Amino acid sequence: MATVVHPPGGAPAVKTGRLRAWINKRLPVEEFIANQLTGYYAPKNFNIWYFFGSLALLVLVIQLLTGIFLTMFYKPGEATAFDSVEFIMREVEWGWLIRYMHSTGASFFFIVVYLHMFRALLYGSYKAPRELLWIIGMLVYLALMAEAFFGYVLPWGNMSFWGAQVIVNLFGTIPVIGPGLVEWIRGDYGIADATLNRFFALHVVAVPLALLLLVMLHLVALRRTGSNNPDGIEIKEKLGPDGKPLDGIPFHPYYTVKDVVGVGVFLVFYAIVVFFVPEFGGLFLETPNFEPANPMSTPEHIAPVWYFTPYYAILRAVPDQRLGALLMLLSVLAFLFLPWLDRSKVKSVRYRGWMFRTALTVFAISFVALGYLGLQPAEGVYVVLARIFTVLYFAFFLLMPIYTRLDPVKPVPERVTYHAHA
Amino acid sequence: MADNGVTTEEDVDSSRRKFLLTATVGVGAVGAVFAAVPFIASWKPSERARALGAPAKVDVSKLEPGQMTQVTWRKQQIFVVRRTPEMVAKLQQLGDAVLKDPESKSSEQPEYAKNEIRSRTPEILVVVGNCTHLGCLPKPRFEAGAGELGADWPGGFFCPCHGSKFDMAGRVFEGSPASVNLRVPPYAFTDERTLVIGIDDASQEGVA
Repeated sequence: MATVVHPPGGAPAVKTGRLRAWINKRLPVEEFIANQLTGYYAPKNFNIWYFFGSLALLVLVIQLLTGIFLTMFYKPGEATAFDSVEFIMREVEWGWLIRYMHSTGASFFFIVVYLHMFRALLYGSYKAPRELLWIIGMLVYLALMAEAFFGYVLPWGNMSFWGAQVIVNLFGTIPVIGPGLVEWIRGDYGIADATLNRFFALHVVAVPLALLLLVMLHLVALRRTGSNNPDGIEIKEKLGPDGKPLDGIPFHPYYTVKDVVGVGVFLVFYAIVVFFVPEFGGLFLETPNFEPANPMSTPEHIAPVWYFTPYYAILRAVPDQRLGALLMLLSVLAFLFLPWLDRSKVKSVRYRGWMFRTALTVFAISFVALGYLGLQPAEGVYVVLARIFTVLYFAFFLLMPIYTRLDPVKPVPERVTYHAHA
Repeated sequence: MADNGVTTEEDVDSSRRKFLLTATVGVGAVGAVFAAVPFIASWKPSERARALGAPAKVDVSKLEPGQMTQVTWRKQQIFVVRRTPEMVAKLQQLGDAVLKDPESKSSEQPEYAKNEIRSRTPEILVVVGNCTHLGCLPKPRFEAGAGELGADWPGGFFCPCHGSKFDMAGRVFEGSPASVNLRVPPYAFTDERTLVIGIDDASQEGVA
């Protein structure tokens, strides 16, 4: 007997066969799909910036899959780690591909996430009612940074070792408990076997679990508020006679199909790097990391992987180490306060005035410039520039309550701007 | 309780319920804290790591003036330098103007090294070879006026990571990202030629 299921989302009734009915009575598969995909209305005016959320999910899947296979061959431990990575690269069938997919995936994760975050800055997606969505997203970003750092230590190359040394010692700058805390994190009097093994456990079990949970919460929060859009208008405020947003379209099939195109384009760039330039000129895989960890010799020049360099530049720009570490921490945490720092009535950059536009442009330039300076040696003109851009970076956040209030904003239209393709 | 055996709102002793709820949550929380202790403590250095952190012996009789040797103690590089009399003399000329902490007030060292030369004896300098900034290994640049560091370089250590500079007593120069001097580990001389790192006086030799 065929039954008719009426999903609470109000999507069209679905006719189901007997097996489907049997399953759905016990497990709400179709209800879930109707709630999350076919009955989830997203604004119809998404542009290219809206690809990066689903792409981040794709990279997460790539990282989990390739990571699981890498753990089948990788051996944590001072004596075995470096050799097992070489073993993966040279002797495991297709091992090089799996590892390059994972190492390239790490960098692409950050590229995608940075673009995703910049989108939120452009269109005010962090503003009410999406404050928690933004904060959960920032927690995903923090977990991702931890994940990337732990992962970077695992190959036990010389940069892994000294990178771990530098980052772990940052905790030593905390007053009173610092030195004891550092010893506790390392589990030894230096970065050692114990450190490597616990970082491995954190990298493959603890942080991925936290990441998955946070990503799920991020999506749950998104379903509650709905997506923002380039106009920064709440589509839920303009409902049609059927109770659906007039400017919304079902996520599936309309945006899933669009996202598939994004995935295709993304994979082209990803494959080019994986197959032709996996080291990316020392940016994705640093040259000193092709040497085994050596506690007796520091690499001539220590720089983290590119996605941490903006913060690293801020750390080095400050002549006092405790203050430097504190500013570095604040430079990451500052994003958490954006929903309350931004006093503008308008969300999207389209309807903001010159003040916010200038501030955002200066901030974006500062972030990229700090990223570049973090890769350069800390001397001469580089230090001066790093100090200037550090000031500009913090000015974006600290002055935000002022310039967003003074900013001459334009009137926001009633409905989203949308031009159908001819 | 009502006659039909159904509990109604009025029957509930809410203060009793609140007390039981608070007590249960409280006891549970205390239990959770105690249960967390073994997991947190498991991250401390293991017995093996602590045993391997035993004192290290160095024969300093072979060290020429101006020479440096490195020994490993507790996974740290310990720099042992035999300073020349000129190097020691120069230490006295450096002061507040160029050094951040000339008297080692906020730096880490045993009492017997809390002096201008930061050592027990004028010649032998013993310091932990990890930069107090972020732990890189500073490089020996003992020659005064050496090339890249400029003509006014008085000789000392230079950290290639973030550019911290230290003098021949491990004292940090102004303008360095490091804020304090190189750390001095506990050490003692058991005889003329034997330096033991990890003990504070010769009678402790053999004590791990």
